[in-house]
Amino acid sequence: MAEWEPVVGLEIHVQLKTRTKMFCRCANAYATEPNTHTCPVCLAFPGALPTPNETAIEWTLKLGLALGCDIAPRALFHRKHYPYPDLPKGYQISQYDEPLCVNGSFVVPGDDGDLEVGIVRAHLEEDAAKTIHVGGATGRIVGAAHSNIDFNRGGTPLVEIVTRPDIHSPEQARRFLQLLRQTIVELGISDAEMEKGQLRADANVSVRERSEAGYRTRTELKNMNSFSHIARGIDAEVRRQIATWESGGQVVQQTLDYEVKSDTVTPRRRKEEADDYRYFPEPDLVPIEPDADLLERLRAELPESPGTRIRALVADVGFDQAVDLVATGNEHKARLLVENGLDWPTAANVAMNQLAAIDPLPENGPALVAIIEQRDAITREALMASFADSAAGPLDAEAVLAEQVVADTSELEPLVERVLADSPGQVAAYKGGKQGLLGYFVGQVMKETQGKADPRVVNELVRTKLG
Amino acid sequence: MIDTLRLTAEKAKGMLERKEVSGAELRAAYREAIDARDGELHCFLTLVDEDESDGVPIALKDVISTKGIQTTAGSRILEGYVPVFDSTVAERCKAAGLQLLGKTNTDEFAMGSSTENSAFGPSKNPWDPTRVPGGSGGGSAAAVSAGMAPWALGSDTGGSIKQPSSLCGNVGLRPTYGTVSRFGIVAFASSLDQVGPVTKTVRDNALLYGIISGRDECDSTTVDVPHVELPESDDLRGLRVGVPKELNEAEGIEPGVTEAVRRAIDLCSELGAEVGECELPRSVEYGLACYYLVAPAEASSNLARYDGVRYALRREADGYYEMVSRTRDAGFGDEPKRRIMLGTYALSAGYYEAYYGQAQKVRTVISREFAAAFERFDVLVSPTSPTVAFKLGEKSDNPLAMYLADVLTIPPNMAGLPGLSIPCGLSGGLPVGLQLIGPQFSENTLFRAGHALERAIGFDVVPERLR
Ligand SMILES: [Zn+2]
Repeated sequence: MAEWEPVVGLEIHVQLKTRTKMFCRCANAYATEPNTHTCPVCLAFPGALPTPNETAIEWTLKLGLALGCDIAPRALFHRKHYPYPDLPKGYQISQYDEPLCVNGSFVVPGDDGDLEVGIVRAHLEEDAAKTIHVGGATGRIVGAAHSNIDFNRGGTPLVEIVTRPDIHSPEQARRFLQLLRQTIVELGISDAEMEKGQLRADANVSVRERSEAGYRTRTELKNMNSFSHIARGIDAEVRRQIATWESGGQVVQQTLDYEVKSDTVTPRRRKEEADDYRYFPEPDLVPIEPDADLLERLRAELPESPGTRIRALVADVGFDQAVDLVATGNEHKARLLVENGLDWPTAANVAMNQLAAIDPLPENGPALVAIIEQRDAITREALMASFADSAAGPLDAEAVLAEQVVADTSELEPLVERVLADSPGQVAAYKGGKQGLLGYFVGQVMKETQGKADPRVVNELVRTKLG
Repeated sequence: MIDTLRLTAEKAKGMLERKEVSGAELRAAYREAIDARDGELHCFLTLVDEDESDGVPIALKDVISTKGIQTTAGSRILEGYVPVFDSTVAERCKAAGLQLLGKTNTDEFAMGSSTENSAFGPSKNPWDPTRVPGGSGGGSAAAVSAGMAPWALGSDTGGSIKQPSSLCGNVGLRPTYGTVSRFGIVAFASSLDQVGPVTKTVRDNALLYGIISGRDECDSTTVDVPHVELPESDDLRGLRVGVPKELNEAEGIEPGVTEAVRRAIDLCSELGAEVGECELPRSVEYGLACYYLVAPAEASSNLARYDGVRYALRREADGYYEMVSRTRDAGFGDEPKRRIMLGTYALSAGYYEAYYGQAQKVRTVISREFAAAFERFDVLVSPTSPTVAFKLGEKSDNPLAMYLADVLTIPPNMAGLPGLSIPCGLSGGLPVGLQLIGPQFSENTLFRAGHALERAIGFDVVPERLR
């Protein structure tokens, strides 16, 4: 049996969170009411002209720098034509052979060494509007009575990042995307939430035998809207391709959708003709020539790369924890705890768990650590509530700890005994096999203590008493 | 009694300032002229009955968006389309107090040299109503010539201001590309379109150019413009006038045209200019061919927005593509359809380099050739049109013959250069235009030369039959 190697390149779209759209000054924001963020420019009225959003250009440059790209001394916008109702001009203003950022690389650390993923390009374009099919069974065009178009998203800024086919496993793809996402979030240019479509990724997938040079036919995999779906989609497609080759078949170039439920890929309907976008330089816009001062300023604002930070953390928390901390954006939380005296493993653990959903963290580091050191004696709810309250004012460790729960066994034991004594019927039922009644006893104790008891301790006590 | 046939905008402005006439009286006088002559000449597509402004009246070519007033671009596909915004030039006219008389006829989407491609019927030449007024801005030129407006705005892509001005005995300026905003101008070929004034005198022309020109943040391709000077001087001392051989000896130039232009060139010497010959071999040989690749290519892209979804004409059908197809079939005339097909082909994959790409390279060659000539000369002169006004129907079945009407105006347009057409005499009782071409941003020089020549020539701008 041959040993197969997956070969994966990613194409990523990132919605920038600029205040206004890419080529007009309509708000770039989510709106419940359709077609409220529109104007003659983004509706392509006759004679309307695009004027570029300077912030979007700056942010694309910043991202390009963070990805180690060369910045073009002169970049062009092109018109990319395709006839679609949600593309009001009949073309999308995009970039073609002279994009803003080219030829970068992004390091993804692995436990067996670094993976360097080449970045072919990062360019800026406008997003399409949204077509909503009405009257069909599944919101699809087939069977729909009519279609409505919401132009609120039309013309919002979108960055496209294309990687080289340097990724060789679904896990690498996932990690690359997680670290890329984290970088984007840290740059402050997008919230990059996949479930909101702010970050979208398609994968170009092929396989080859380990010893093989060159590439085999690839397919384009779409419709994956979470990191794990992407990894699973790639995995499914790699398996399909290997099976195809091994059974003597041929992989054909096509676009596929990953179906999560069945964990399979299905080909999209073939287009009649190959796409011809009829690219030509957008005559309504002048070339972009980023100046050296701007690039220097942007470079100075860059955070340290995730790869470097992960490497630096490995000694303290181990590789897996280091990746998780950086990829989830919880690294700075752990760092704050360590700075206030907590050890690294505990800090990492707490940052990844109790503090994962707390953003921003309370500013009072010592109080935070004081509370965290007592975390076993505090219910999760109380802990979260104290952090949430701190958003309104400074975190007061003493006040929080004064409210701490009853976790002392000697204090709780008599209570538990009383509850059991008061419920002989239930005790008999429990002993007869109704294990679900455990929750009832715990609940009774909690009630007695007005919720201040530590449920874990109560649980343990009840279990022991019922023996 | 106001003689609108002779009243210049400058004089009208003076009379208004001195309160010798009111804005309403002026408007009434022009309205009377329109009522008397537009039945025959068909210059206006839409008349405006009331306007907030009460300054010098003006007519605008119907490719210029006017808020609340129908703007058709001479096309069925925009019939009934009422812009929700003013073009920058319309706004600047308003800001200068100019009152709008109406919107003038044009070849459909400014594609043509006779107004015979207007979906609403051709305009007629005031010098001889059996002849065309030129195009595409024939409506504006004929309206000014027949005293139905003191001045007007046109738009010039291949010659649509200069050529009709020549055929109707007006002064027409196609400004340097980038000096007048295209925001709100129904786009034909974005890298060539430029709005400019059609007037009775060179001084009027400079006045109106001063009103409409200058950087506009809504059009990224606009730049700051040198202060516009009203020409005073009667002589041409110190001016170096070049006579490009190919532009003056091109095939198809009528002898009467050559004769009138020759006399004007002799006058240049008499007025103190240094006159010499020069050559523009490639500009004239390749200019037209190059134009008929670039302009249709950009037109095919610019006209892609007319899909029936958002405004104006829609022919209902079951699906989107069928609806678009039926809408365009009903809405576009033959010439836009012809150019959309030509342009789509020129931009197609595999042809781009050979056609659009090559044409853009030739544009650079043309620009260099002109630049070399401007090292020796301040102004180049030639006929504006190879012929005087031709008969209605004479060329309408022969697109190639029609395209040749712009053979002399296209080369400088391809190089983004300004060109001023002034009447320099009659041939067979019909006006002949002299084209003055200058380097970029040399409008003041063109006005100075045009003004001195205008004085010396003493052309009577009122059509003989209307005197
Ligand atoms: Zn908008």
